[in-house]
Amino acid sequence: MSDQSSKNDTLVRVDGVEKMFRRGSEDIHVLANLSLQVPAGEFLALMGPSGSGKSTLLNLIGGLDRPTKGTVQIAGERIDALSDHQLAAWRARHIGFVFQLYNLMPVLTAELNVELPLLLTSLSKAERRKHVATALAMVGLSHRANHYPRTLSGGEQQRVGIARGIVTDPTLLLCDEPTGDLDGKAGDEILNLLQALNREHGKTIIMVTHDPHASARASRTVHLTKGQLTTEALQ
Amino acid sequence: MFNWISQIASITKFGLLSIPQRRGAVAATVIGIAGVVLVFVGVLSIAAGFRRVMQSSAAPDSAIVLRSGADSEMVSGFGRNETRLIADVPGVARNAQGPLASAELFVIINLPKRSTGTDANVPLRGVESAATAVRDRFQIVQGRMFGWGKNEVVVGAGAAKEFAGLEVGGTVKVGSDDWPIVGLFTCGDGLAESEIWTDAKILQGAYHRGDSFQSMYVRLDSAGAFDRFKDALTTNPQLSVSVQRQADFYATQSERVTQLVTTLGLLITSLMAVGAVFGALNTMYSAVAARTREIATLRALGFGSGAIVLALMIESSALAMIGGTLGGLVAFVGFNNFHAATLNWQSFSQVTFAFAVTPLLLLLGVILATGIGLIGGLLPAIRAARLPIAAALREL
Amino acid sequence: MKFFHLIWGNLLRRKLRTALTLLSILVAFVLFGVLCAVKEALAGGIAVVGANRLIVRHKVSLIQLLPETYKARMEKIPGVAAVTHQTWFGGIYQDPKNFFMQNPVIPDEFLAMFPEIVLPPEQLKAWKETRTGAIVGRKTAERFHWKIGDKIPIKSPIWMQKTWEFDIVGIFDGSTKGWDTTPLYFRYDYFDEVRKGQNFGTGLVGWYTIQIQDPAQAAVVAQRIDDEFANSTAETRTEPQGAFVQAFANQTGNIVLIVSGILGAVFFTILLVTGSTMSQAVRERIGEIGVLKAIGFTNGQVLALVLAESCLLTVIGGGLGLSFAYLATAAGDPTHGMLPRYFLPAGDLWLGLAISVILGLLTGFFPALQAMRLQVAEALRRM
Repeated sequence: MSDQSSKNDTLVRVDGVEKMFRRGSEDIHVLANLSLQVPAGEFLALMGPSGSGKSTLLNLIGGLDRPTKGTVQIAGERIDALSDHQLAAWRARHIGFVFQLYNLMPVLTAELNVELPLLLTSLSKAERRKHVATALAMVGLSHRANHYPRTLSGGEQQRVGIARGIVTDPTLLLCDEPTGDLDGKAGDEILNLLQALNREHGKTIIMVTHDPHASARASRTVHLTKGQLTTEALQ
Repeated sequence: MFNWISQIASITKFGLLSIPQRRGAVAATVIGIAGVVLVFVGVLSIAAGFRRVMQSSAAPDSAIVLRSGADSEMVSGFGRNETRLIADVPGVARNAQGPLASAELFVIINLPKRSTGTDANVPLRGVESAATAVRDRFQIVQGRMFGWGKNEVVVGAGAAKEFAGLEVGGTVKVGSDDWPIVGLFTCGDGLAESEIWTDAKILQGAYHRGDSFQSMYVRLDSAGAFDRFKDALTTNPQLSVSVQRQADFYATQSERVTQLVTTLGLLITSLMAVGAVFGALNTMYSAVAARTREIATLRALGFGSGAIVLALMIESSALAMIGGTLGGLVAFVGFNNFHAATLNWQSFSQVTFAFAVTPLLLLLGVILATGIGLIGGLLPAIRAARLPIAAALREL
Repeated sequence: MKFFHLIWGNLLRRKLRTALTLLSILVAFVLFGVLCAVKEALAGGIAVVGANRLIVRHKVSLIQLLPETYKARMEKIPGVAAVTHQTWFGGIYQDPKNFFMQNPVIPDEFLAMFPEIVLPPEQLKAWKETRTGAIVGRKTAERFHWKIGDKIPIKSPIWMQKTWEFDIVGIFDGSTKGWDTTPLYFRYDYFDEVRKGQNFGTGLVGWYTIQIQDPAQAAVVAQRIDDEFANSTAETRTEPQGAFVQAFANQTGNIVLIVSGILGAVFFTILLVTGSTMSQAVRERIGEIGVLKAIGFTNGQVLALVLAESCLLTVIGGGLGLSFAYLATAAGDPTHGMLPRYFLPAGDLWLGLAISVILGLLTGFFPALQAMRLQVAEALRRM
């Protein structure tokens, strides 16, 4: 389990972060002087119109990218100061991702997809199998373990995605529009699952979404407009 | 009809225009097919060159006489009397000096090959004065002809290129003596150019051959005189000879090498061609896959399946033909007239020749390439034509 | 290894494309194997020579004959352990196309000189008891379906143009792979006797084979022999059997160069085809590679995955191709007995396998590099 003793420990600390992209000869400022703190055990929703920089912020927190200015601290560790190689190892240990388009490997079965992050550990084959079985059971897809993604529905694929995201028991679960490609019922199931993970298992989740129904399930919502945060009250 | 042709033309044009996008795969196939044609033409040009040397040695009105049962000069033998009888047969052409018949013998000496540095067998031929007239394209191109009755030699242009130390002014070791090289000759790219020549009488003496010879090279009045000439000799009870046209003789001489090279060449090329077909299939299948939506759109708009199949096959064949031409060109530039020598088992000595990239070979190469292109394009083309349109339109 | 599913799964992504690429590679390696066998047939034979044997021939050319009396003189030269001779008979069996070597030899001496020739003792006994007896190598015996007891007529244009008749008393094999089992050997005493009868070339032999006591002394002993006969009517040239065979092979042409040239062209082509396939494959998977990196695969690991994929493809294709080549060459000589040996040397098989690995690394190199350098966020956008 993750190293946290109380719900009030700050797990994510983003300080004065700026992010700039270069497109051709233009400089585009996506995030400007942004600060954010996320305590352990929170289910945070990041909302905002398209182009507001929410995915960029998620990438920074997940160690997929580095800020142009400012710092990002996860569980006390300055991840903006890590090298690419160190970041990869860090991500493997600390982060689970859930993507809008599920991003499963079409050439692997559900259980092999879930196993993927475990290949980076030194666990034995038997131990990996156990973790995979647990994760699939948690998302309710044990009976579909041997299926390829193309034979699974959208909702089932996303559940596999979530299983993959939690199989290493990461510090943080990052979700980028997890219900964006799903219809109402399937989307609800996913949100139920995420809520359960947060409430019953204490998982810290940061979710980017533009859907108010999704953000309603979170414990806190923050808004991003043109690279700046405006916070709403806790729900 | 015109509509159909213009359909094919449009589709082909779209296809060719999209090549820059998939230039990697296209280049790979074109170069792959070029490689196949290169090897095909290259290896078969060895056989063609070898055959050419053997054949340019033979004018249609020339004959060679060997002892009966001998299939090569090495194992044949005549005495002086027999050679006189043969020279006097009607049908033999004559000039002011007498009959155009040369009694000859040859031995083999060892000289180092330039290319490998190791020794190889070189024919040293003793000839009579009519020899240069019998082989009508004989020409001294450097120095002079050897003196009759002297220990001198002239060297064929092919031999000079292939072996070390055969320059005019140098010497050749014959037995235990060094004989000077006084001239360089060409002989219409024929077999003689692989040889070193000297006076037959002198050679007989140096090798203790008494007054014996191994063969007679004869020029006839005309090509038609051959049958009469042959009958006269074979019915003569004093002679036991075999008579052949020089052309036939050389054909059988070169047969083994030509056969070996051709068999191996075809074997190698077939394997390469099979590999190239797979490569072409690969390219065309991915071309079709990449242009699925485009092809489906065309069909939705009303272009016929047949036209699509033909257009794709034309495209595949065109690319293959380009590859084939490229391969042929490189073969021509790289191999044509490339000088080499190999062992002629019948004479047990080196025959020098030049790789011959003939127009026929180039044509065959292009045909081979086109064949590969057609086969490689057929199945993918059929698949493209049978795609379910709706599904293909949705594909990203 | 644990990443196998990922690598294998990626290869199976587009089954047709993988199959076609695999087949191209397979064919290339079949060609490699066949060409190696051909090279061995035409230019090999070096491996089967004895390090302790020298060949003595007439200095001017192989065709000139040497006196039989040289034998006694050579036996006295220090360093020489044994001397025996052979002569080129040059006979024709039915048709000049059916070429194979026939040499008169002295049975006991000959077999002692060439222990690689395996002849059952009872056949040797029969040979010594039959003046017109001959032993023939298995390759030629099978080619013409000869059995022990057959009478074989051979016409020699060189030796008095008569038809000689030999009785097959034995069939020999070679104890080492690649030993030439096409020749026929008959008795020298019979040969010389017939010659004497016609007073034609009596007492002359083609070449001598010398066994020396110490292989390290080869050059020295060779020089001694040539010195012994310098300035006589028949000067000699002595060289180790290996050099002799090599020079002979070189007469056919620079086989090694030609074969290498062809194989170079073939592999270059395969490199292009497979490289292009791998590049395509990687380009299609940019998004997935991004996901792998997001999950925590390092750049190095992604590089290794791509290289492993290309290597797996080339090694499977290469391994299969080499196996087919081995089976094809084991099936027999395509020229039906004309080639002295026809097999695929084990060394070349290993070489082929090594080449397949190198091919995999080369074809995967640029695509792997490309995959390695992908920025995660950028790649994810392209999923």
